[in-house]
Amino acid sequence: MLLERFKKEVDDILSRYPVKRSALLPLLNLAQREKGFVSESAMQEIANILNLTPAQVFETVTFYTMFNLKPIGKFHLQVCKSLMCALVGSDDVVVWIQKKLGIAQGQTTADNLFTLSVVECLGSCGTGPMMQVNDDYYEQLSEEKVGRVLDDLKRDGTCSLKTGPFMYPQPLVK
Amino acid sequence: MATYEKILLKNMEQPGYTGSLSDYEGTGGYRALRTVLKDMQPDQVIEVVKKSGLRGRGGAGFPTGVKWGFIPKGHPGPKYLCCNADESEPGTFKDRQLMERDPHQMLEGMAITCFAIGAQTAYIYIRGEFRLGAKILEQALREAYAAGYLGDNILGSGLTINIYVHLGAGAYICGEETALLESLEGKRGMPRFKPPFPATHGLYQNPTVVNNVETMANIPHIINRGGEWFASIGSPPKSCGTRVFCLSGHVKRPGNYEAPMGITFRELIYDLGGGMRSDKPLKAFIPGGASAPFLTPDHLDVKMDFESVALAGSMLGSGGVTVMEEGTNMVWAALRLMEFFYHESCGKCTPCREGTSWLVQTLQRIWNKRGRPEDIGVLDELCGNIPGRTVCAFGDAAVSPIVSTLHHWRGEYEALIREAQETMPRNKEIPVFTH
Ligand SMILES: Cc1cc2nc3c(=O)[nH]c(=O)nc-3n(C[C@H](O)[C@H](O)[C@H](O)COP(=O)(O)O)c2cc1C
Ligand code: SF4
Ligand code: FES
Repeated sequence: MLLERFKKEVDDILSRYPVKRSALLPLLNLAQREKGFVSESAMQEIANILNLTPAQVFETVTFYTMFNLKPIGKFHLQVCKSLMCALVGSDDVVVWIQKKLGIAQGQTTADNLFTLSVVECLGSCGTGPMMQVNDDYYEQLSEEKVGRVLDDLKRDGTCSLKTGPFMYPQPLVK
Repeated sequence: MATYEKILLKNMEQPGYTGSLSDYEGTGGYRALRTVLKDMQPDQVIEVVKKSGLRGRGGAGFPTGVKWGFIPKGHPGPKYLCCNADESEPGTFKDRQLMERDPHQMLEGMAITCFAIGAQTAYIYIRGEFRLGAKILEQALREAYAAGYLGDNILGSGLTINIYVHLGAGAYICGEETALLESLEGKRGMPRFKPPFPATHGLYQNPTVVNNVETMANIPHIINRGGEWFASIGSPPKSCGTRVFCLSGHVKRPGNYEAPMGITFRELIYDLGGGMRSDKPLKAFIPGGASAPFLTPDHLDVKMDFESVALAGSMLGSGGVTVMEEGTNMVWAALRLMEFFYHESCGKCTPCREGTSWLVQTLQRIWNKRGRPEDIGVLDELCGNIPGRTVCAFGDAAVSPIVSTLHHWRGEYEALIREAQETMPRNKEIPVFTH
């Protein structure tokens, strides 16, 4: 239950808006952060918190592509396939991942670790090909780099190749 | 190679600059906010921004000071500022850098804007994928509140200004200003019909200004150095100041380059970007994000300002320049962008919702060598029937990849269709591919 587990965050979110419904996306984000997807009971609870009908919550959830309505793997691999990334090889990235993990687009590995999605532009077109894994960006991917990211995530749950505060090109050090 | 004074990227390019409050203050940060609170009236701030000639960096290029001037003076209820950090136009990745590397620059701009339009509350609508950016902004906000730049009675002025970060959840259309407001109100992000405009009926039907991240980041510099100074940079009088151009595609050194408006595409691509990544020559480029019609090597000497790019038949848009080398098939390129527009249409208007789907299917058919001779006519007709018949400008944008590639490279469409006719068995039903 969101209210019990995240009482402080929920109150903080609600305090930011003069109209309650504005808290809908932030609360859905919170629910998804907890479980990796937005469950029906979470939607029900959010509807109660915001005095909305479940239908109002559902119609909104389904508009936004980032909300998962079903459980997915622990790591959500989202490869950008829009034109700018495609020019520099994003279709190869999809193939590398499929080859390494043995899953197709939209599928999850048997160990529930990885789900593969192919998505539209993620705002890192100059450093493609790229993918987002949960909250993190991995850019300028090569086959070797993709392999390392997947291995690290599987072994350590994290990977040091993720992008920090973004700047590209890096300024030349004089 | 010419060098330019940078305005927005200057701080972050200093070695060791982290974007923390103390770093920002060390470069003169928050001086403009102090000046405004101590020595200026809101109207004076609006006048300075009008004089600067600053035009919105989100895509449409509307004069910022004029937009602020539309906010009604005697409105009894609250007014709002929304910073558009939805940055989802394919080919655009500047706002991400401005937010993650120098967050206080835009926060100071937002605080000054709140003062100018009389808003006490501002939201940063940031695309849901930018988790890191949101985290960095939250941290910067905590610093700014603790230092008294935000919150109640800021810098002893008696004014209240609160800024909140609001994460989206993956929908390109929420970058359109009225869709952004709908989304911020907790609804499906579908654009509203205009008029009325957000300036009078915006967030919760109150007067609202929506401005892009880069627009906001320019404000402190305009206050510090004056409207005349800003208006002298770039291509005055219509395209003043610098832009952070985002370079992507088949170039040697892609990335964000800040330069005065009015440099040529050739300078951006060849001088700043190092030219083509392989020895293949340039075939095509998109001058201002996915919504901007394609241009050809003949346009390399066009100046990168609003008017010149419009004259060349495209638009400067979001400042995202994508370069394609010889050998890139233009039907394929148009299809990739069309798939994007099909995926992102919000579905409110029939011409856009159905038209994008039909266009994608037709293009897929042509690309998969199943095209029919009449398909080019189908594309022409569809592209003529979407623009101007929709609620928002997305409809106009969505057809531009096809219209412009058909204009410059019609032969590539015809060649694929000819091939299909030669290889397809005659008098057989041609399968239609769906998504
Ligand atoms: C389909 C569509 C998508 C848009 N996406 C963005 C966006 O991601 N970021 C942005 O700043 N403006 C975007 N805009 C432009 C906004 O509607 C609006 O003009 C802009 O935020 C105003 O800010 P500015 O005057 O500072 O440019 C988009 C417009 C349309 C029609
Ligand atoms: S033009 Fe397209 S994106 Fe814009 S409101 Fe209509 S359906 Fe939605
Ligand atoms: S096209 Fe892939 S991040 Fe923009």
